[in-house]
Amino acid sequence: MFITYTKYFAFSRLAVNGCCKNIRFLNGQIITLKAAMFPSNHQPSSIKHPCYSFPLSVFLRTMILQNQNDTIVAVATPAGVGAISIIRISGKKSFEAIDTIFSGKIKIAEAKSHTIHYGKIIDEDENLIDDVLVLVFRKPHSYTGEDSVEISTHGNQFITKEIIELLLPHDIRIAEPGEFTKRAFLNGKLDLAQAEAVIEVINARTDVSLRGARNQLDGLLSKKIHELRTQLIDTSSLVELELDFAEEDVEFVSHDKLLLMIENIISEIDKLLATYSFGKVIRDGVNVALVGIPNVGKSSLLNYILKEARAIVSEIPGTTRDVIREEVSINGILFRLFDTAGIRPSKNEIEIEGVLRSREAVKNADVVLFVNDVQQKISKELREELLQLTSGEKIITVLNKVDLENLPEKEADVYISALTGYGINNLFVKLQEKVFSGNSYSEHSAVVSNPRHYENLKKAIIYLQHSINAIKQNLSGEYISIDLRNAENSLGEIIGEVTSDDILNNIFSRFCIGK
Amino acid sequence: MNLSYDVVVVGAGHAGIEAACASAKMGLQVALVTMEKKAIGRMSCNPAIGGTAKGHLVREIDALGGVMGIIADQSGIQFRMLNRSKGPAVWSPRSQNDRKLYSEVAIRVIESYEKINIIESSIVEILVENKKVSAVVTSENKKINSNAVVICSGTFLNGLMHTGLKAVSGGRFGEMPAAGLTECLVQLGFESGRLKTGTPPRLNKNSINWDVLEVQPGDENPQPFSFRTKISEFPYLPQVNCHITYTDASVHRVLEKGFNESPMFTGLIRGVGPRYCPSIEDKIVRFKDKERHHLFLEPEGLDSDLIYLNGFSTSLPTEVQLEALHKIKGLEEVEMIRPGYAVEYDFFPPHQVDLTLETKLIEGLYFAGQINGTSGYEEAAAQGLIAGINASAKILHKDELVLKRSEAYIGVMIDDLVNKSTEEPYRMFTSRAEHRLLLRQDNSDRRLSHHGHKYQLLSDELLEQVNEKKKKLLVGRELLETIRIPSKEINSLLVKIGENETESSEFIAKIVKRPELRLKDILQCKSENDLALLEIKNNNYLIEQLEIELKYEGYIKRQEEVVKKVEKFEALNIPLSFNYLNLNSLSTEGREKLIKVKPRSIGQASRISGVTASDISILLVYLRK
Repeated sequence: MFITYTKYFAFSRLAVNGCCKNIRFLNGQIITLKAAMFPSNHQPSSIKHPCYSFPLSVFLRTMILQNQNDTIVAVATPAGVGAISIIRISGKKSFEAIDTIFSGKIKIAEAKSHTIHYGKIIDEDENLIDDVLVLVFRKPHSYTGEDSVEISTHGNQFITKEIIELLLPHDIRIAEPGEFTKRAFLNGKLDLAQAEAVIEVINARTDVSLRGARNQLDGLLSKKIHELRTQLIDTSSLVELELDFAEEDVEFVSHDKLLLMIENIISEIDKLLATYSFGKVIRDGVNVALVGIPNVGKSSLLNYILKEARAIVSEIPGTTRDVIREEVSINGILFRLFDTAGIRPSKNEIEIEGVLRSREAVKNADVVLFVNDVQQKISKELREELLQLTSGEKIITVLNKVDLENLPEKEADVYISALTGYGINNLFVKLQEKVFSGNSYSEHSAVVSNPRHYENLKKAIIYLQHSINAIKQNLSGEYISIDLRNAENSLGEIIGEVTSDDILNNIFSRFCIGK
Repeated sequence: MNLSYDVVVVGAGHAGIEAACASAKMGLQVALVTMEKKAIGRMSCNPAIGGTAKGHLVREIDALGGVMGIIADQSGIQFRMLNRSKGPAVWSPRSQNDRKLYSEVAIRVIESYEKINIIESSIVEILVENKKVSAVVTSENKKINSNAVVICSGTFLNGLMHTGLKAVSGGRFGEMPAAGLTECLVQLGFESGRLKTGTPPRLNKNSINWDVLEVQPGDENPQPFSFRTKISEFPYLPQVNCHITYTDASVHRVLEKGFNESPMFTGLIRGVGPRYCPSIEDKIVRFKDKERHHLFLEPEGLDSDLIYLNGFSTSLPTEVQLEALHKIKGLEEVEMIRPGYAVEYDFFPPHQVDLTLETKLIEGLYFAGQINGTSGYEEAAAQGLIAGINASAKILHKDELVLKRSEAYIGVMIDDLVNKSTEEPYRMFTSRAEHRLLLRQDNSDRRLSHHGHKYQLLSDELLEQVNEKKKKLLVGRELLETIRIPSKEINSLLVKIGENETESSEFIAKIVKRPELRLKDILQCKSENDLALLEIKNNNYLIEQLEIELKYEGYIKRQEEVVKKVEKFEALNIPLSFNYLNLNSLSTEGREKLIKVKPRSIGQASRISGVTASDISILLVYLRK
């Protein structure tokens, strides 16, 4: 039965709809969060870099101060027309309530967990509302950790409205925004890192972004941190062994071996840290500025990319006076494209302002598309100016308006025609190369995307370097140990685990102690 | 006629001695109940005091005004400072002791207190009124009234000794177990458990071939445990050597033959033994790759023929023990006077006591020592002292004494016991103390004497001496920080250790930070103000302490900062009446543990095993509401 259920949801995916976001995972877990659970100035749609990380303390406070003894109900699928809609009920009275309106072969109160039941929803006057499937989850094996029920109805908002209204008199209330997840967290169904991941899932804008957040949720990062922490505990154990068991007949570790172990851990953490820029990209997207002298076809290029005419395109130089911003997903990565006014000397006040903004856009860009017209020379002055605003590594030099039959030999990174679309794919490849900057990540890599995690990893490295200094200065083990422990705590904080017994347990299991 | 005492101490081992003496010093009438007066302070296992981290405990007991350090000093026949090659924080004193003398000195100490009355009996029942202790009943059915009872029963509660498949009731070789008390406590609502510990065979000194064994001598300049022992009179007794030998594959093969008759492997013993002190058969099974295990031959006393074979703890049948011994180098002809045995005993998982060691269930009832799941004389004595002080403080309406983790190993131990409980006999290790750099054995008097004085365990004069030391250190430190040594003088030192010469003069406090330089040598240089430094130069204690403080200043400061940070959470109190059931949001295990332990502060709550980081966040949010 459970397998069927899993398959059933295998096709579900992130759904974004107005104020409500429902995320279904392939394993059938559903996360329902609504925009309103954020403080009003933090509506997901208005969340800007770097405010993606929702303050956990607020999250916790909202959650704890609410009474969670009662039973809640909400529609879990997006509004609008679909084949089915799902209503979810969670809380003590879930089964009791559903049985008052559901007529099937057996009472839901008697049904086993993780079973599906076909039946009819009827009102007080025995009118048929809809044929439905009812899914039963008994505590603690549900998303919220409470008794809960999901009703699959035909996709019609009048039906769902009617059913919810039927339920309300039975000591059930409409769920507060985000309340299902709140309950999941409070019932220990999600740990700290997972709770943070949920926040990221809500904020996810693209497929890769969602995958990144899900990886964290699935514990890829947690797993990696666990591994590193275990390595650290092994290292600490070797140091402690010599301090607490000096009288024992066991072999003590050499300083060289110890250095090697610590350096190894540092390099592993370094690798994780290196994923942060990528993790940030996953979270926040990439800012791309399109620059060039007027009339080289920047807006045409943007339009081609967007395949919709949002920027004004004309033959008069200097039309795009403001910076135009568009977002586009290329192979799952969010690119934020800034179409700038041409950078050139001007006396027109509005245009001067536009040029200023263009410069600002270049400074803030992760990638700069330096667009040139194949008919003209690559503008040396502008190139010089760009190099003053940003680093050369970020610049992709593009030659636009190329004619297929007459490919130029000028030095550029990409040759395109915004009219015919020639070379656009090549441009996409170049864009992605800049983002990954030579690193390759798969969805199976642990990726750091949370600033708190990033800071903790950086702290851990500083502590480890301290301990290396202590070893090199030939200091006694207790001085080496203090920083190893600090590093271990920094890692432990990421996954919410800090216990001092691990080291002794490790020593007892690995070494023959006891004279 | 009913007897009546302010405090009743049940058991006169290491915990009971401290509890009784502390209460007597605080001016109370004490009944010390022991099955046999001769057995007071009897060392049931190895004839040694101290060791890594345990040595710290003894120094702390002494700094608080306890008696263990003094008894150990007066009966010590070998003294060593362990870990001397490491940093000062992990130096740990250890002594070999004359078993008979230890007990005799202990009895003498007890008898020096008029207020302690030794009662030879055993306690079978504790009487309780309104959740408060009111009296104890002896095996002769005599009632002793008291509102403060400290139980230090050691391994005697339903003690069962195993050698091979034979099991004999008893808490120690040749001594009866204490029956009835466990059952009484269980009836009062306490949860009991079973632990196991072991002891090795005792050998006849005259049947050992000493010439082939490795010698392990004591320190050339032995240091006493007690701050009150006069160096000029120390050591009191002639000093002796220990010896080392090893097992090998042939020994292991013989022992393996007895495995089918091992009470451990056949499941006869259900108590959990300590992983840090496994029996020899355990070592062979768990560490198959190890070809040999070292054994220490420790003399039991100056005029005793007994040798204690440390490292060979076993409960295999007597014949197997003897056969294996004969395969060991130097022991080919050895005569085994007494076989090793394992002993199982009842304990009460220590989450049932508070940080004062008073039980949470019954007011006025205190547990100390092995009853709380610890092992070791030092661990027991430390608890006895704290329980004794707190039991008496309660009678006298004085403040309770709870030592912080950042203040003493004793604080670490009790905090661990209460918050984490224990499933195996708990032993102290320096790695358990997260603020280890601050908790040195050499500064325990400076850390703790004011507590001892507060409870009248230390005289005004002794406290004054400690304060004087502190003052001298402060002054000394200031001098070293303000007096410079000319570059020429420093360079002569730097050349010796192959370092680059310096061009300017430097403050002594800065020079001493170079790892290769010792303060003693630096002070030999001509400084700007030699006169002012005279007192330091002539005081080895000052030199040693100042060197530690200055050399490791960076680390010590960092650790002090951590303590400050942690103390914020220690200061966030949780009301005793706090109802965790109202907080649905807590994890199930977290809530259970919180209800069990009833932590006093957020800091304490965060150390309870099973309480997660999100449980703490939830508590924090709730308490700050």
